[in-house]
Amino acid sequence: MPTVSMTVNGKSVSAEVEPRTLLVQYLREHLGLTGTHVGCDTSQCGACVVHVNGESLKSCTMLAGQAEGADVTTIEGLANGDDLHPMQEAFRENHGLQCGFCTPGMVMSALDLVKQNPDPSEKEVREWLEGNLCRCTGYHNIVKSILAGAEALRG
Amino acid sequence: MYQFNYQKAGSQDDAVSALSSAEDGKFLAGGMTLIPTLKQRLAQPSDLVDLSGINDMVGIQDGGDSITIGAMTRHVDVANSDVVGSKIPALQHLASHIGDPQVRNRGTIGGSIANNDPAADYPAAVLALNATVITNKREFAADDFFDGMFATNLEEDELITAIRFPVPEKAGYAKFPNPASRYALVGVMVAQTGGETRVSVTGAGQDGVFRASDIESALSGNWSAEAAKGVKMSDDGLNSDIHASAEYRAHLISVMASRAVDAAG
Repeated sequence: MPTVSMTVNGKSVSAEVEPRTLLVQYLREHLGLTGTHVGCDTSQCGACVVHVNGESLKSCTMLAGQAEGADVTTIEGLANGDDLHPMQEAFRENHGLQCGFCTPGMVMSALDLVKQNPDPSEKEVREWLEGNLCRCTGYHNIVKSILAGAEALRG
Repeated sequence: MYQFNYQKAGSQDDAVSALSSAEDGKFLAGGMTLIPTLKQRLAQPSDLVDLSGINDMVGIQDGGDSITIGAMTRHVDVANSDVVGSKIPALQHLASHIGDPQVRNRGTIGGSIANNDPAADYPAAVLALNATVITNKREFAADDFFDGMFATNLEEDELITAIRFPVPEKAGYAKFPNPASRYALVGVMVAQTGGETRVSVTGAGQDGVFRASDIESALSGNWSAEAAKGVKMSDDGLNSDIHASAEYRAHLISVMASRAVDAAG
């Protein structure tokens, strides 16, 4: 089997995997990073969003081999020890989740938005979340969380 | 997914020769359709030849009266391009409304038109803007490229390398998206280029993207939203599914065409 190597959350990693291995399987099953979730498995729900070379994408719709040599960040790579990342903290403060299943993807997607647009409007946040589905909250507190997280990150 | 071999091509020649030597190979562009298709076991290629390492298939060139977009250029790069925004804003608008941000970060223009999904956005742009599809073997006029649902006139080992769009006098795109997938239930592009009026419809036809000649005739004499809206489209040959009936899609074509004319100005 081919060996696939990349950098995940700042650490060099390598694993022998079948070519059909998806990036999300590589992360969850080979590296044990189960914070990235598989929801719909059809690239609609966004529970599996991670960053590859600084851009958000759906890790259920990318082969691990396509990420060879890439710099990958997952939800596990955000907190600094026990200190949550400001966007994670904003989700906690604003009750931006209920069951929590969609939350890792929401947070990773939100961080890509605020990188490009540090001061998004509510409408821009809602439009950006097109690729992230939540079946509990009705989105309202998620949007509030992202606006608060963006504000915290602006400092 | 079934098993397959994966390899990344370093050049167009590499990609074509890798495909020729494979038993049943497929080119992999952004993978936004191909990977879900493999996951559902709807396809079983022996080999995937990844095109993402071929640098001369990426980028947007300003040719003055045309724009040439490399086949592996992603939707996000077309959406963020100043050249596209200043010369063909309708194309920028179209690219920025495909799928969702994560799909736009991966999906490519070449992959989209090679797949010719009957509800994809880019085929409408190729047809209405009378683009030229450039391959490793030849150039296709837009009217000669598409060949029905999920089908094109590409040969098995033919690789789309770029798409050249003439700069129109006016163009506009309007779609009624499926609320879940953002695919077009009906999408209409209207364009005037070199005095010719072309109108294309995606999402509605049983044979995929097509030109709406009745709306073209109406707009040729009177370029106005009212003229487009006044055309009563037949529902012959249109799709009916759980999302919309053929009759409803026929109605939407005129409405989307009128909105596209408004957007074109």
